[in-house]
Amino acid sequence: MKVTFRIWRQESPNDKGQLKDYEVDGLTEDMSFLEALDHLNEMLVLKNEKVIAFEYDCREGICGQCGVFINGRAHGPHDNMTTCQLHMRSFKDGETIVIEPWRADSFPVVKDLVVDRSAFDRIIEQGGYISAKTGTAPEANAVPIGKEIADKAMDVAACIGCGACVATCKNSSAALFTSAKINHLNSLPQGKPEQHQRVLAMTEQMQEEGFGHCTFTGACEVECPEAISITNIAEMNNRVIRASIFG
Amino acid sequence: MNAKIPEGKLEDKWRNYQAKSSLINPANKKKLKVIVVGSGLSGAGAASTLAELGYEVQCFCYQDSARRAHSVAAQGGVNAAKNYQHDGDSVWRMFYDTLKGGDFRSREANVYRLAELSAPLIDHFTQQGVPFAREYGGVLVNRSFGGVQVQRTFYARGQTGQQLLLAAYSQLYKMIRAKKVTMFTRHEMLDLVVIDGKAKGIIARDLKSGELKRFAADAVVLATGGYSRVFRLSTLAIGCNGSAIWKAHKRGAYFASPSFTQIHPTALPQSSEAQSKLTLMSESLRNDGRIWVPENKDDNRKANDIPEEERDYYLERRYPSFGNLAPRDIASRAAKERIDAGHGVGRLKNAVYLDFKHAIQQFGLDTIQDRYGNLFTMYKKITGIDAYHEPMQISPAAHFSMGGLWVDYELMTTVPGLYAVGECNFSDHGANRLGANSLLQASVDGYFILPNTINNYLAKALKEEHETTDHPEFAKVEQEVQENIDRLLAVNGTKTVDHFHRELGKIMWQECAMSRNEAGLERAIEQITQIKANFWSDVKVTGHDKEMNTELEKALRLADFIELGLLMCTDALNREESCGAHFREEFQTPDGEAIRVDDVYSYVSAWEYSQDQFKHHEEALDFEFIEPTVRSYK
Repeated sequence: MKVTFRIWRQESPNDKGQLKDYEVDGLTEDMSFLEALDHLNEMLVLKNEKVIAFEYDCREGICGQCGVFINGRAHGPHDNMTTCQLHMRSFKDGETIVIEPWRADSFPVVKDLVVDRSAFDRIIEQGGYISAKTGTAPEANAVPIGKEIADKAMDVAACIGCGACVATCKNSSAALFTSAKINHLNSLPQGKPEQHQRVLAMTEQMQEEGFGHCTFTGACEVECPEAISITNIAEMNNRVIRASIFG
Repeated sequence: MNAKIPEGKLEDKWRNYQAKSSLINPANKKKLKVIVVGSGLSGAGAASTLAELGYEVQCFCYQDSARRAHSVAAQGGVNAAKNYQHDGDSVWRMFYDTLKGGDFRSREANVYRLAELSAPLIDHFTQQGVPFAREYGGVLVNRSFGGVQVQRTFYARGQTGQQLLLAAYSQLYKMIRAKKVTMFTRHEMLDLVVIDGKAKGIIARDLKSGELKRFAADAVVLATGGYSRVFRLSTLAIGCNGSAIWKAHKRGAYFASPSFTQIHPTALPQSSEAQSKLTLMSESLRNDGRIWVPENKDDNRKANDIPEEERDYYLERRYPSFGNLAPRDIASRAAKERIDAGHGVGRLKNAVYLDFKHAIQQFGLDTIQDRYGNLFTMYKKITGIDAYHEPMQISPAAHFSMGGLWVDYELMTTVPGLYAVGECNFSDHGANRLGANSLLQASVDGYFILPNTINNYLAKALKEEHETTDHPEFAKVEQEVQENIDRLLAVNGTKTVDHFHRELGKIMWQECAMSRNEAGLERAIEQITQIKANFWSDVKVTGHDKEMNTELEKALRLADFIELGLLMCTDALNREESCGAHFREEFQTPDGEAIRVDDVYSYVSAWEYSQDQFKHHEEALDFEFIEPTVRSYK
């Protein structure tokens, strides 16, 4: 299998950057997309060129570190999938595949396809936790939590923090990411004492980081590898209103 | 080797230890600095808890965020002796299962403490907001895992590791906000600084700028995970590496039982040379799936075309009482035996079938979908195959390292002030780890044990001078790190880093994985020595070191893996017995079962590094409370 990768190259955050074409031969359909990029990098080394910087770690769809724009879509042509789960059989022989980094002001490019997503960590820092010290926990079964509530909390707790929701959103909104963490913690009894403070502080940080507002296009839930629903954003907005009144 | 096991009855040891250990008053804790390398369950747990206690903590990870650490990928669950199912579980039973699962090659006192602290750990994570699976009535659910007869595994769908890690990560950020932890993401530790025999800091490389930086502290905690990427193909994240513990080893920390590495039986098979990763399929599939290979060698028919009477359900045949749920080491070895004998399936003949046909006939498609739906979807995403209609193809893959830096009961290495927690130490799993015990050990080490034991050392450190990065030793070590990088970049050879990693991986997989023998290990040592020489004379790394350079990162890690590979083979050669995951072909019964040699090898091997040589030490294992028995799963 042979394809042309058209890849964004950018030396450093302040460099202008440009798309560059690389013809890659010797690929097979059962290679993963990232393995095809590994293959290209080995070719570049042997040609005495600098390798393309791109992100990955677990390569099984759970760490959230990988993520690039492929032919205009976050994580490539399929819905609800990470880049590392994508395989070359999803492309045609001879195809030109355009690969770009996440595009969002709040995710500045570090190098080539690598972006800085530390804004997500700073949102978590503002209250994406329960303030309880190690050693202070009561017996786990002391507070019963209904299966429906636990399941719903798990649906949103599953967020892998990859940033595809931001990258695909025309407003670069981080509402899906932020709502997932808020709804996870605020729906559980353990998270109730700090619920109002949490929702206000985290949404404020989200705006301070420069993420745009949500206009409910629904683009994010299509790309989210964990298929987190945009109804969570409505729920978060509701929590913001309640927190401003009762908080 | 003094493991500092406290006096008293097994169930009193930890309490006795705590009662007698030193305390430091809160005002003084502020004056003490601790470095934590790694932000997984053990690292983030240790960093946040130490910060809560009042210490100044600096935490490091190589990823872009602390939330990426590979604890995130654990699927099945975390064990705890809660006895919520009223099925006869207890701390004692969990202790015994773990010790036996490890084939009696770990310490009684450590394993007992692990079981003892498991119940409070579930309380702890529940309080932190982990959405564990629940019954309709609101109480926690349990399921079973391999090697035990009770239900003690707690889980959050197939993403238990992710949920525990995210809880630890959120607590870490809570303490970052409180300005008690300073986080350094995209920083990789490249060496340890030892002053007057004590660990006093690290040299780390900023992976964004390439700059080398010095960090000083009163104690250093390594929480850097497992080293199974030495095999190249493994279930680990691509960035997982053994460099921090290897550098610590070269600075004086003993390395314990390096050859004890677990091969997991159910991963997806390798499909090409270019493959970078083997994806794990949860052990839970073996509850309903049946494993088989064609009875005829080189049978090229499709699985569904092979009639029932020409299928060999080899686990059920060899281990009738445990069948498809035989422990990991046994199941992996049995698969290898069939594949090597020419019965392997798939394009590369390197897999066996895991078949749900009978389960679907028996329970219906809906039930199987409900139980394993997410795993079947994952299988289809990766292979393109619908496993409801044809069997999965699975294969053994390197997964976990029971070996690691030698630590005493306080989790301190042989370098005073240097601690190792989580998978990077050798402590509780012996020669084979039971499923759902790795999340447990990482968490308990980080949250409960280290924060209680480190005081004993720091109470003394308080009275000494706090070293700063101005000490000449920092400059000296930094220069050595720089020289190593310069030497690597100067080679400018003709082969890529991955080329050498593939070569190393092949040898390690062939000679030092599921089964080992004297001639093979000796050959491996020779071949790896050759790889080392070739690597340092013919590797090519482009770009320079003062920029983000992923190729250089890989090269530095591989250089350490090559040396670690040598030590693993040396250790495997030394241990002339079969135990747990370490199977020496010379020590087996006529029907292929392991022969353990307790009167000679009932010890933890601990290797000292001195000038490119490995010196062997032994920590004898005294079984005071239980009698080691022969593990049988027939």
